[in-house]
Amino acid sequence: MTQWKPVIGLEVHVQLATHSKIFSGSSTAYGAAPNTQASAIDLGLPGVLPVINARAVDMAVLFGLAINATLARRSVFARKNYFYPDLPKGYQISQYELPIVNHGRLLLPRPDGSHKQVRILRAHLEEDAGKSVHDLFPGSSGIDLNRAGTPLLEVVTEPDLESAAEAVQYMRMLHTLVKFIGICDGNMQEGSFRCDANVSVRRIDDTVLGTRTETKNLNSFRFVERAIQYEIARQIEILESGGKIVQETRLYDPDRDETRPMRSKEDAHDYRYFPDPDLLPLLLSEEEIIAAQAILPELPQQREIRYRTEFGLAPDDAAILASEREIAEYFECVTRLTNLPKQAANWITGEVFARLNRDEAAFAPSKVTAESLAALIARVADATISTTMAKQVFDAMWQGEGEPDAIISNRGLRQVTDHREIEALVDAVIAESPEQVAQFRAGKDKVFGYFVGSVMKRSRGKANPQQVNDLILARLRAP
Amino acid sequence: MTLPTTVAALSAGLAQGDFSSVEITTAFLDRIAAGDGRLNSFITVLPEAALQAAHAADERRHAGMAGPLTGVPYANKDIFCTQGAKTTCGSRMLDTFIAPYDATVVTRLNDAGMVMVGKTNMDEFAMGSSNESSFYGPCLNPWKTSCVPGGSSGGSASAVAARFIPFATGTDTGGSIRLPAAYCGISGLKPTYGRISRFGMIAFASSLDQGGPMATTAEDLALTLGIMAGFDSRDPTSADVPAEDFMAGLSQPLAGLRVGLPREFFDANLDARISTTLEAAVRILESLGATCREVSLSSTAYAVPAYYIISSAECSSNLSRYDGVRYGHRCKAPKDLADLYQRSRAEGFGAEVKRRILVGTYALSTGYYDAYYAKAQKLRRLIKEDFTRVFAEVDVIAGPTSPTVAFGLGQKTADPVAMYLSDIYTTAVNLAGLPALSIPAGMVDGLPVGLQLIGNYFGESRLLNVAHQYQSVTDWHARAPALES
Repeated sequence: MTQWKPVIGLEVHVQLATHSKIFSGSSTAYGAAPNTQASAIDLGLPGVLPVINARAVDMAVLFGLAINATLARRSVFARKNYFYPDLPKGYQISQYELPIVNHGRLLLPRPDGSHKQVRILRAHLEEDAGKSVHDLFPGSSGIDLNRAGTPLLEVVTEPDLESAAEAVQYMRMLHTLVKFIGICDGNMQEGSFRCDANVSVRRIDDTVLGTRTETKNLNSFRFVERAIQYEIARQIEILESGGKIVQETRLYDPDRDETRPMRSKEDAHDYRYFPDPDLLPLLLSEEEIIAAQAILPELPQQREIRYRTEFGLAPDDAAILASEREIAEYFECVTRLTNLPKQAANWITGEVFARLNRDEAAFAPSKVTAESLAALIARVADATISTTMAKQVFDAMWQGEGEPDAIISNRGLRQVTDHREIEALVDAVIAESPEQVAQFRAGKDKVFGYFVGSVMKRSRGKANPQQVNDLILARLRAP
Repeated sequence: MTLPTTVAALSAGLAQGDFSSVEITTAFLDRIAAGDGRLNSFITVLPEAALQAAHAADERRHAGMAGPLTGVPYANKDIFCTQGAKTTCGSRMLDTFIAPYDATVVTRLNDAGMVMVGKTNMDEFAMGSSNESSFYGPCLNPWKTSCVPGGSSGGSASAVAARFIPFATGTDTGGSIRLPAAYCGISGLKPTYGRISRFGMIAFASSLDQGGPMATTAEDLALTLGIMAGFDSRDPTSADVPAEDFMAGLSQPLAGLRVGLPREFFDANLDARISTTLEAAVRILESLGATCREVSLSSTAYAVPAYYIISSAECSSNLSRYDGVRYGHRCKAPKDLADLYQRSRAEGFGAEVKRRILVGTYALSTGYYDAYYAKAQKLRRLIKEDFTRVFAEVDVIAGPTSPTVAFGLGQKTADPVAMYLSDIYTTAVNLAGLPALSIPAGMVDGLPVGLQLIGNYFGESRLLNVAHQYQSVTDWHARAPALES
């Protein structure tokens, strides 16, 4: 049986998080009533002209720096000509021969600690089209141009990916990165991050690439994985039964979990690309690049490494804390204030994330500020309260009841650390439980928990657990 | 009241209180009403809006807030978007289109207090050299109504020549201001590319289109250019150059002026009588102190083919937006999307526009791009270099605007290439992005002859200076046609 090797390249459309459109002043906010965010420019009225949004360019530059790419000092907008009702001008303004970002890379970590390099051929600026609405008006279609002119950065890889899983890993990493550097909100349901997958297969010992297909508009990681898996299997089956792959554009149907042909190469459009005469070439100065470098944050991969080596965090914790900019900055702030990185990590990955999951909410540093969390961790560290109490306090903080010190004193949660006081409690419990003492001394270790529980109960949870543990053990082991 | 017909004289008369804006606006509207049935130089006349604007201009003057051009009537080529009034671009496609905005040029002129009386006729989407491709019918030449006024700004030229209006805007993509100015015996300036905002000026070929003034005298061109020109943040190709007082240099003597006469412009294509006429004009320039010498623009022969490829390529894309979906002409009861596109565009566009869309689509197609569009761009660079070389030696280039005087209606409509060759001396200027003007310099067969002066980039002041000095010692510009009834 022949061994097959998949060859995959991805084109990801990253919607840039600008407030206004790439060539007009209209808002890019999602979800407005149809056509309320479409200006004369977005409508393609006669005589109007596009004016480039400098913020979109800044974002493309930031991305180029983040993937170690070459930034074109001169890039050119081109027109991609085709007719479609949701394409108001009859052409899309994009970049064709001279894109702004060239030859970057992302490094995918492998389980063995090494990295796989995925080459990014180019990333270019372009405008999004509008939306056709087919199910609203019986017998006719509606056009909503709110999305027309929304800025996109199309990120195109070389065919470096070798499996569906690897493609998803790359896509997740890109997703993390664009959110981290603040150029995209990453909302895949709203279409802010979507992908076209180019897939071909070749025999393992063949050097020539096979014929590829392009599967369009994959807007979830799962769809990317499933569509690529399906496409690989489909192509192998055709080739093994002696057939040929047709170069075509395909569409993934998530309901039936299959791809099917959309259009073949024969009826592909001739887009008649040519430089847009309305827009002068986009020139980047050294100063602009230096300015972008200055605001480029430390990137997730570098942070992750630092969290492991500098703070001694576990790889999973390091990865999750480094994955979002706000979380990373929150973590670093708590760490800076407490000098207790592991505790900070535990609190965030444990209590904070658990509550976010429960509330189905996104992380917001304002809910419990880094300063408040640091104060709480400090109270545990200085033994004012136990970890168990701290969780109660944290709950109260999460409910918006204020700062940890105030909550501790309002609720009388101050931990009992007075040795004599604890000693008295322990002695009382031991005196009342001769049976359990005998069991423990006979080697039944499990009964230890009974003593701890009873002492803590009598202290109404306030006794320092470590001290309770130590004292019980000392008493029980005493001859 | 004797009605002056230059912007300068009207401006002076208004300032002195000789007449009010309402009076002169009424007078010009009367002339249009009386004479334009014959010439068809206007697509839309706006008497009510004009009188309202004239009234406002008079009030502004009483309030002491008037600028030099406040209250002077004018007309816009129907390619400039005007809020609240139809902008048709001479096409059935936009027969009912009303823009929700003013073109920057319109805003600037209206803000100066000028009074817009209407929108002038033009070749459909500015594609034509005779004004015969207008959906609203041809405009006629006031000197001889069996002849074309030239195009595409034929309505503006004809209206100014007939003294229906002292000044009108035009646009020039390959000669569309200069050619009709020459055929109608008026003065018309195509400024440096980027000098005047293209915002709201309906695009034909974006890298070539440039708005400009059309009037009877160079002095009027200078007055109005000063209002029209200037950087506009809404047009990315607008040049960020400091504003200039184009009047300041008008009376500078021409002593020391170096004039280049391109050998290739005085070739076999040129009507011998025009050649003779222009030689006389050159002698006048020499008598004013200029030194004239022959120069060579060897790429001249490539200008028309390069121009028709580039302009058609750009137009094929620029006109894609007219698809019957959002505005403009839509066919009745389309069967499906393809039918909507095909019939809306088939019905909305005229033959010349369709021809150019097809030529441009072809020139940009895979497999032909390099042979046509890319090659034309190379020629464009050569043409530019040619001019740069010549402008190292001379200040101004002088020559014919067109190889012939105005030709007869229908004479060239069957032969597009013959029509395109009317632009043989004008298109190179657009490809290079240079400023050029045409002024009347004589008559042949009872029809005006245009003298074209080409300047270096942003050299409009010098061009206007030369034209004004020429007009100070000649009276071709002052001759008005006796309208045949």
